[in-house]
Amino acid sequence: MTTLLIGIFLLSLLVITAIAIVRSEDLFSAVMLSGIFSLLMALNFFLLDAADVALTEAAVGAGVATVLLLAGLKLTPPTEAKGRSVGKLSVVVIAATTLLMIYASFGQPTLGDPMAPTQQHVAPWYIEKTPELIGIPNIVTAVLSSFRGYDTLGEVFVVLTAGIGVMFLLGGGRGKPFSRLDSDVEEGLSGHLIPKVMARLLIPFILLFALFIQFHGEYSPGGGFQAGAIFVAGIILYSLVRGEGLALSVIPPRVLLWMSAGGALLFGSVGVIGMLMGGQFLEYSVLADNPVTGQHIGIIVIELGVGLTVTGVLLSIFHAFAARD
Amino acid sequence: MNLVDHLPALQVALPLLTAPLVILLRNGFLAWMAALAASLASFGLAILLTQGVLGDGVPEYAIGGWQPPFGISLNVDGLGALMLLLVTGASSLGLAGGRLSLRRDIDNRRAPMFYGAWLIALAGLCGIAVSGDAFNVFVFMEISSLATYILIAAGRDRRALSAVFKYLIIGTIGATFYLIGVGFIYMMTGTLNFADMALRLGEVIETRPIIIAAGFITIGLALKAAIFPLHIWLPRAYTYAPNAVTVFIAACSTKVSIYVLLRFNYGVFHGNLLGHSDLFSVFIVPLALSGILLASAIAIYQGNIKKLLAFSSVAQIGYIALAAGLATQAGLMAAQLHMFNHALAKGTLFLCVTAFVLTSRSANMDKLAGIGRRMPWTMGAFVIAGLSLIGVPGTAGFISKWYLVVAVMEVPGWGIPLVVAIVASSLLAVVYLWKFVEKAYYGTPPDGDVSAMEVPLPLRALIWFAALANIYFGLAPQLPIALAESGTGTLLGGLL
Repeated sequence: MTTLLIGIFLLSLLVITAIAIVRSEDLFSAVMLSGIFSLLMALNFFLLDAADVALTEAAVGAGVATVLLLAGLKLTPPTEAKGRSVGKLSVVVIAATTLLMIYASFGQPTLGDPMAPTQQHVAPWYIEKTPELIGIPNIVTAVLSSFRGYDTLGEVFVVLTAGIGVMFLLGGGRGKPFSRLDSDVEEGLSGHLIPKVMARLLIPFILLFALFIQFHGEYSPGGGFQAGAIFVAGIILYSLVRGEGLALSVIPPRVLLWMSAGGALLFGSVGVIGMLMGGQFLEYSVLADNPVTGQHIGIIVIELGVGLTVTGVLLSIFHAFAARD
Repeated sequence: MNLVDHLPALQVALPLLTAPLVILLRNGFLAWMAALAASLASFGLAILLTQGVLGDGVPEYAIGGWQPPFGISLNVDGLGALMLLLVTGASSLGLAGGRLSLRRDIDNRRAPMFYGAWLIALAGLCGIAVSGDAFNVFVFMEISSLATYILIAAGRDRRALSAVFKYLIIGTIGATFYLIGVGFIYMMTGTLNFADMALRLGEVIETRPIIIAAGFITIGLALKAAIFPLHIWLPRAYTYAPNAVTVFIAACSTKVSIYVLLRFNYGVFHGNLLGHSDLFSVFIVPLALSGILLASAIAIYQGNIKKLLAFSSVAQIGYIALAAGLATQAGLMAAQLHMFNHALAKGTLFLCVTAFVLTSRSANMDKLAGIGRRMPWTMGAFVIAGLSLIGVPGTAGFISKWYLVVAVMEVPGWGIPLVVAIVASSLLAVVYLWKFVEKAYYGTPPDGDVSAMEVPLPLRALIWFAALANIYFGLAPQLPIALAESGTGTLLGGLL
């Protein structure tokens, strides 16, 4: 009952925030509200016991995406262009989509119904077989990185493609834009004492937490995606406080490019090695004599690949935006 | 396990894993070489897979060693092999023929990123064609769409950016609709594997979420396939993309969406949902017909040759959709054959346009006046591919038009009107192509200069190779027919 009430409360807040984002003409508040939207979304996921998804939403949606949008905001006017009202067609499309989805929802199984088709078909198999075949407690990680590891490989390439797109269009990755940044000039919030002290206290723990999420993903919620996003949040905080230039001297753009490409390659090469060792593409069981050990090795390596690519790409995107004045 | 068994996985992994290596290169030429090599190797893999399909069939490939529905499977049938040939062939043609044009469009420093994106787009489209899993199709759809947006945005014209933004928004809506549909199906069946879905859907038939899911999936994919009137993103995206990119995407990317539409509607829904075939026909056929006629008519009034060909593509997608919407064996044959033949013709035409723009630096038809006399070889190839687009006997286009006419004649009561519409739109194609051909041969060049200015021999040879393929597959269409027959068998398997 309490969960239900909290759920209704959070979902109402979600709707209010969404309306506020659409109505807001000030882009800065729209970005901030979208960060709040993601946080509320993360809480909803958490309420539904989807801790992994909640963690990703909080780190990527509320954290990194907000910072990237703020960086993008530097390049645009602060308010929405006047006189461009919402098109009638889009209102009709949105209304129709919403009504259809509400209509469909009347036929759906009740939330949490153990007899629902999703609980009856593949899910019990995953729950039953994961301890035996993969040998890790976090079944979500088992599904994402092994049973459906091919999808995750695809998602890593989606992230890499996004990075390639931003680097291609904004001309980042290497070359001129970054050389303009001078670390001697007082940048960011370095003149402000409170953010500086707070950041100095927080950054080591954020980075450490990211590493924990990275390497503890088999046992608790988390994995490469979340770890990468949290790690990036730490570095971005550093560059906000100490300036772009210093952050870049810690991790230069060329290294970021190697991280982005290398992570994706690492993931893919685990798949190819599986083939060479007599298994299928992305079959980790053949990586060691004991199939379960092979799964462990495979999952740790591919999660590292995911973490590298996510970190490399998100930081490249941040720098590409931040380097444009 | 030998290499041949791994072909379905290699088809995706090869271009996908070459892409990160390409973006690390610092030299544009090397990046192009690597991309071309990977693309040609993918084409080779597609040929091997085609041989496999026509031989003993390609066995299901369980990624990670996990059997479906628990893991993701790759399934290649005749239709899949046809798509693979189109995608890898178009990519190789665009890369090989587009070298000179791309060198001008994209500066050396950014070229590795561009060719990396090209390979990712190729891998994404191949990934859709081989996948046997509905969610996996979505993942690869995302990969190919994102990479395609980058390729289009590389156009020199600033309008490429606004065109690609429109495409991005509409493409994302299409993909989201598809995902909503797949989500509803998962909710009701608990599975994401196509074959398993078709089996389990029978238990929850006629429930609201499934009906809504069928609608969302059909409309989402129709958006991505640019079926009239959901085509509004296409003309500008094709026009302002770099010419070599247009060769690639115009030949195959919308067809891959139609491919998914066919797999979902025939493989999953038709056998399970009562009256779905009729509903699908009622929805798709009128749209297809209006697309065929209106887009052909709009093409006549275009002043830019790329935009003209883009509107022609909308009309040609209409033919494919019309044939597919008939929900008959003959219709499916015609749809698949037309995908193949239209890709051949449109790829060749856009390759010729690449050559025209290379020498005269404009795609504006007034500026291209007299080009037929200045570039007789390229223009000759353009005319051959144009004849194939119209459907003149002796060219590939005739084969699929013939199948299409046979298919619509089977429709009770509507046979004659549909044939009239097809003939009328073919005549419109004659008009819009003649408009350019007349200008090219009889027009006066804007600066009065009529000296010859052909493109280098290798490019000319490639253009003629593509043009002769249009004739070859018109005289000896056994390969696409065999693949389409195999594809029809799998698609209608759910109905029989």
